[in-house]
Amino acid sequence: MTPTTLRWTRKDLLGIAELSAAEIELLLDTAESFREVGERPIKKVPTLRGKTVLNLFFEASTRTRSSFEIAEKRLSADNINFSTSGSALEKGETLVDTALNLQAMAPDLVVIRHGAPGVPHMLAKRIKAGVINAGDGAHEHPTQALLDAYTIRRHKGKLAGLRVAIVGDIEHSRVVRSNIHLLTKMGAQVVVGGPRTLMPPAIEKMGVEVAYTLADAIRDADVVMMLRVQLERQGRMAFPSVREYFQLFGLTTERLKGAKDDVIIMHPGPMNRGVEIASEVADGPYSVILEQVTHGVSVRMAVLYLLSGVHEEP
Amino acid sequence: MTTLLIHGGRIVDPSQDLDGALDLLIEDGAVARIDGKIAKPKGAETFDASGLVVAPGLIDIHVHLRDPGQEYKETVRSGTMAAAAGGFTAVACMANTIPANDSRPITEHIVNEARRYGFARVYPIGAVTKGLAGEELSEIGEMVRAGAVAVSDDGKPVMNAELMRRALLYARQFGIPVIQHAEDLNLSAKGVMHEGEWSTRLGLAGIPGSAEDVMVARDLLLTEDTGGRYHVAHLSTARSLDLVRWGRSRGLAVTCEVTPHHLLMTDEEIAKTGFSTHCKMKPPLRSESDREAMVQGLVDGSIDCIASDHAPHHADEKDVEFNAAPFGILGLETTLSLCLDRLVGRKILSLLRLVELLSTGPARVLGLPGGTLKPGSPADVTLFHPDEEVTIHAVDFRSKSRNTPFEGWTLRGRPVATVLGGRRVELP
Repeated sequence: MTPTTLRWTRKDLLGIAELSAAEIELLLDTAESFREVGERPIKKVPTLRGKTVLNLFFEASTRTRSSFEIAEKRLSADNINFSTSGSALEKGETLVDTALNLQAMAPDLVVIRHGAPGVPHMLAKRIKAGVINAGDGAHEHPTQALLDAYTIRRHKGKLAGLRVAIVGDIEHSRVVRSNIHLLTKMGAQVVVGGPRTLMPPAIEKMGVEVAYTLADAIRDADVVMMLRVQLERQGRMAFPSVREYFQLFGLTTERLKGAKDDVIIMHPGPMNRGVEIASEVADGPYSVILEQVTHGVSVRMAVLYLLSGVHEEP
Repeated sequence: MTTLLIHGGRIVDPSQDLDGALDLLIEDGAVARIDGKIAKPKGAETFDASGLVVAPGLIDIHVHLRDPGQEYKETVRSGTMAAAAGGFTAVACMANTIPANDSRPITEHIVNEARRYGFARVYPIGAVTKGLAGEELSEIGEMVRAGAVAVSDDGKPVMNAELMRRALLYARQFGIPVIQHAEDLNLSAKGVMHEGEWSTRLGLAGIPGSAEDVMVARDLLLTEDTGGRYHVAHLSTARSLDLVRWGRSRGLAVTCEVTPHHLLMTDEEIAKTGFSTHCKMKPPLRSESDREAMVQGLVDGSIDCIASDHAPHHADEKDVEFNAAPFGILGLETTLSLCLDRLVGRKILSLLRLVELLSTGPARVLGLPGGTLKPGSPADVTLFHPDEEVTIHAVDFRSKSRNTPFEGWTLRGRPVATVLGGRRVELP
């Protein structure tokens, strides 16, 4: 089923940082082979029949969680969902104890989202099941970067040589970190843009250009990725008001003129319309935002499939 | 009292600029004589120190003994055993016990416990403010009478500038320094590691170097105004060290210490270890340029002493997500080997300078009686092997805790024995 000769050997998918370009390629190519499943009248294959997947969400999520759940069901895996509300953690159990208890139920894969960086890594060291990072704090969100790359590749036919602008709250974004790793490994040029108060120090050491105005960030861009601005940062130390943020960094059709003519607009969601992106752009002809969501399922099917190791069985 | 002859060793005593093959005679708990070859007096005990270095007892002026209140992490007993095992004859312990050491009864408790076991001398450091709350001065005079040698709210800074000014003035009354945990809490906020390239890469909240620097700068100005004595605990940034140099150039009574971990590791370690909570402490492991500046400060004399900031935490407390783990690591049982291997072994410091940083220097900072083997001094002696190999295994520690980032490190140089007041310390 896999179109390349490289075999997947990792137990876990913790981040993009440690992946090679060939592994990324394998994931994207594998996703391509699963895309068609979502277009069938009966959207189900038996690939992961008998496998158990735990979805552990310690932080609110609609999109990522549903996407994983759908991917699991389309692969015929049995899945169980845990979320913080009502979980043992609220009764004072440590994460390690929770992990060991879950391990005792012998799942094959664990999908985890947590607000603290490094939690999937900690879990991966403790349990036999493969661990998929579905977002750890502001650290990594590998499946988001993969679905973004997949979407870009479908539109542009390649990643190498493209200019990708990522604009918004760079400091607190796991999406941006995973995307930087992925896009730079695949030969794209990345520019990150946003106010200086939301730009983490030494980000240029990750191999990106830094811009402090929207115009500078998106100039000649093939792809513009807008990031969600967390409204609770308003009026604190990051920026004085949503109104001023939109004036400076909100993407409108008019401001998009500096980008390439065939630019595509992306957003990992959930969007704040009228804050980082105007509706005319979000719903406009350059937007591929909903396609990202569709491709998210194929990409997660590919990740589940490769990590489950079923392809190695006779 | 007995007589003890330590013979055949290499005596290294920076207080007398001494480094050579010499014998040491101890009588009645005090140093009697140092000479090329001393004949064994009748009835004297002997210690064959062949192949060993004989130094004035090492002193760690920054440890947390957790007693009273958190005896599951450490006690005066286990902490002083760890000190002795690590080659230290004296420690100064911070006031952030529960309740805090902000009054005479707590100070007395610590002093009495230390005397009861006799593994190492313990010099309590009193709290600057009642309950470490940063609001009113604690009864510093009472604590000094009970044995406190300095004051500090360590674990927390004295944030209020006016209170710090008053503390410097009031401590001057007793001739003791105010030790500052230099951290502007508004700047460090929710940070869990040094702010820089690695906090950016890992997505962890950063503590900027300036959180330390602005505090040191402020305090130096207050020190100048008050004529007080100011000591910077666990100094960790190049700029803070420059500020200390500036303060000295203006004639201020300012001293500082640096920890082994800030001399040997950087913020990148958190990435290398996959978010190990044993790399989480305050101040955080800094950048490589800060680390290099700390080493330079040892070489050029700007740093007065090495102190470990021995901070025991239970394994369960550290075995959690990085953000949730408490700050701090152990130090007493790793400091000497780390310094011998990484500083002396790599020709950065002479043995004489290292002993100065671990014994004579810290004694001078706090005005303690040790740090020297001059005749008449208390016979506190550390004997160590300068280059015998040892591998760090936390399970072997005398401390009650195991939180070290140095697990598995193989180092050359290790403590062998300590002598306290003329008596060889035996650990049960």
